[in-house]
Amino acid sequence: MSTDTSLRNLTLAGTDAHLESLVDEAITIIREVATECENPVLLFSGGKDSAVLLHLALLAFAPARLPFPVLHVDTGHNFPEVIDYRDEFVRNAGVRLLVASVQESIDAGRVVEDAGPRASRNRLQSVTLLDAITEHGFDAAFGGGRRDEDKARAKERIVSFRDRHGRWDPRNQRPEPWDVLNARIRKGEHLRAFPLSNWTELDIWRYIAVAAVPLPSIYFSHRRTVVERDGMLLNVGGPVVLEPGEVSFEETVRYRTVGDMSCTGAVRSDAATIDDVLAEVAAARITERGATRADDTFSESAMEDRKREGYF
Amino acid sequence: MSGLPTLRIATAGSVDDGKSTLIGRLLHDTKTVFEDQLAAVARASRRYGDGEVNLALLTDGLRAEREQGITIDVAYRYFATPQRNFIVADTPGHQQYTRNMVTGASTADVAIVLVDARHGVVEQTRRHAFIASLLGVRAIALAVNKMDLVGWDHGVFEVIAKEATAYVEALPDPVAVVAFPISALEGDNLVERSDRAPWYAGPALLPWLEQFDADLVADQRGARLDVQRVLRPQGSDYRGYAGRLADGPLAVGDTVTMLPSGRRSTVVGLQRHGAAVESAAPGHAVAVELADDVDIARGDVLVAGDHGVRVSEEVEGTLCWMIDTPLRAGTRLWFKHGTRTGRAVVDEVVHVHDVTSASRFAADEVGLNDLAVVRLTLSEPVAAMSYRVSREGGRMILVDEATNVTAGALLISEPVRPS
Repeated sequence: MSTDTSLRNLTLAGTDAHLESLVDEAITIIREVATECENPVLLFSGGKDSAVLLHLALLAFAPARLPFPVLHVDTGHNFPEVIDYRDEFVRNAGVRLLVASVQESIDAGRVVEDAGPRASRNRLQSVTLLDAITEHGFDAAFGGGRRDEDKARAKERIVSFRDRHGRWDPRNQRPEPWDVLNARIRKGEHLRAFPLSNWTELDIWRYIAVAAVPLPSIYFSHRRTVVERDGMLLNVGGPVVLEPGEVSFEETVRYRTVGDMSCTGAVRSDAATIDDVLAEVAAARITERGATRADDTFSESAMEDRKREGYF
Repeated sequence: MSGLPTLRIATAGSVDDGKSTLIGRLLHDTKTVFEDQLAAVARASRRYGDGEVNLALLTDGLRAEREQGITIDVAYRYFATPQRNFIVADTPGHQQYTRNMVTGASTADVAIVLVDARHGVVEQTRRHAFIASLLGVRAIALAVNKMDLVGWDHGVFEVIAKEATAYVEALPDPVAVVAFPISALEGDNLVERSDRAPWYAGPALLPWLEQFDADLVADQRGARLDVQRVLRPQGSDYRGYAGRLADGPLAVGDTVTMLPSGRRSTVVGLQRHGAAVESAAPGHAVAVELADDVDIARGDVLVAGDHGVRVSEEVEGTLCWMIDTPLRAGTRLWFKHGTRTGRAVVDEVVHVHDVTSASRFAADEVGLNDLAVVRLTLSEPVAAMSYRVSREGGRMILVDEATNVTAGALLISEPVRPS
């Protein structure tokens, strides 16, 4: 893995107008919310969308420094490659990293962990995130959410209001005419801002390719010991322990999304380079979340329900 | 992913006219729907419907929407053909959710207004055509839907097309109307021309959208930059005025005027996406360096060339009002115009539009979902222009002081009185 890239010399020369206009839009949103709000933060998971978001945020303020920290909500079940990548990226970029730990929320009795082979800490992250927002007094949190990811996300505003309980009210969102963003809130409330709202998975990969955005190695094909559970290939180890009757095997895989090890599935893939991945994504017939995220396939409103509670 | 720029589309029309079905069909027929999405829709169709796969469920993403079978808020969808990229805002048909329709239509190049062929032009058709033309879409595609349910009757189509066109032509901001006889459910005249309407000589809807030219060359004028932020790296003399360029191009060497101060300076550096550039075009997110050490802050505006901006503390325009509390003379609000924020007070409700007859009447207050002409006095001067001439210079949001909810969208009209 290499995260050695200059973040100061990006040119999108040779790309098309669609991607360039998405970059213009994202940078404008980042500048606007960061300037209207007093204490913003950028949510950085080490996944590809948050990597693109952080990359764009660095460009938005260049040659000045990023005027806010980044926050990682660490479930304690992250892929070790992703944690290494996270630390290297923020070190190279000179960004201040804050970590909010789900394990600490569990230890403090703020949340209770589910038991059983399908238990996931994914949903617990909402409590840890909201606690961190309160503790640091953040009034806006940038997220890498995209409207093409999920049908509940497809409904969300670019600047999305959260009440004092951190809740999203999808039936009563603030109108958002044009791109004149309303960042006004009262104390205790906060905003989520989604500069990548109008990007698709393919747009993300095209940007990663032209801007040479560093990514965790697990996005590219590699050999891994996995188990097939509920139609997904889960990494064996960490939170995933073989159940009676389950058999582990070696497979050539990569990850299309990066989340908690307990619920993020790998896909069989030989895509070893960005160009390979681009070709694979362009031909994909299954959405990235449907293919790889057990947390979103529990019910048809899984994402909406988590978002109402304060999820990313 | 080719030469033509991304086309932004909003769908509008009354409840049950088939908006979500139309988008579902477009996504399906352009092979944008993934297998797991289709499987989820099939499951949901069995749960909420009669067993037929209901493509509308592709965009009705909220639990309440699926349960009630209506669209509450805008859903955004993305698809691409070999010709171009599309961003679609599927907007609600219910009058009570008009604010969400305004949100979806405000960024659209084209509005697809659906009409149920059995019912013809109804009040919501008029309301949505009114709002779409007011917001400045370049064209309205009138999709006369459910033609299969009227036996593909040419006469029915003609009556609806003529009535809608006549209505739009009489509006304050008329726009081109192009009518298509379609069946969203069956997919007729969407991606390919259907042989069920041999009397129809025009293109199918998607090919028409693929070639639509949304750029108005005549709009070219002097550049405008609403300054979002001043970039000041530590230990450096660099001062970059960051913002999104509008209205016209800007190049190194151009003279700019700072508003409201009126001082002038020269562009000595331009940066886009972190790299130095010689020139930039409308829509580009840039940072501008000037020759002189000047006092510029967020909210100020840089303009170049023949821009036509007037700095004023009084504005008049057409308001889309989006909250329950009525607006009257004396109502106090926050305003945001470009990157300038301040307080506004309503001086006068000039008149309210009757969307059914495209006429206007005198009124003292503006209610939820009303369209009205109002005059405001602002606490700070703004560099305003007519919305018809400049989107960025002519738009303003109004925010409720008590709740901070976005309460109104104001489209500034001419004349704006100089202060």
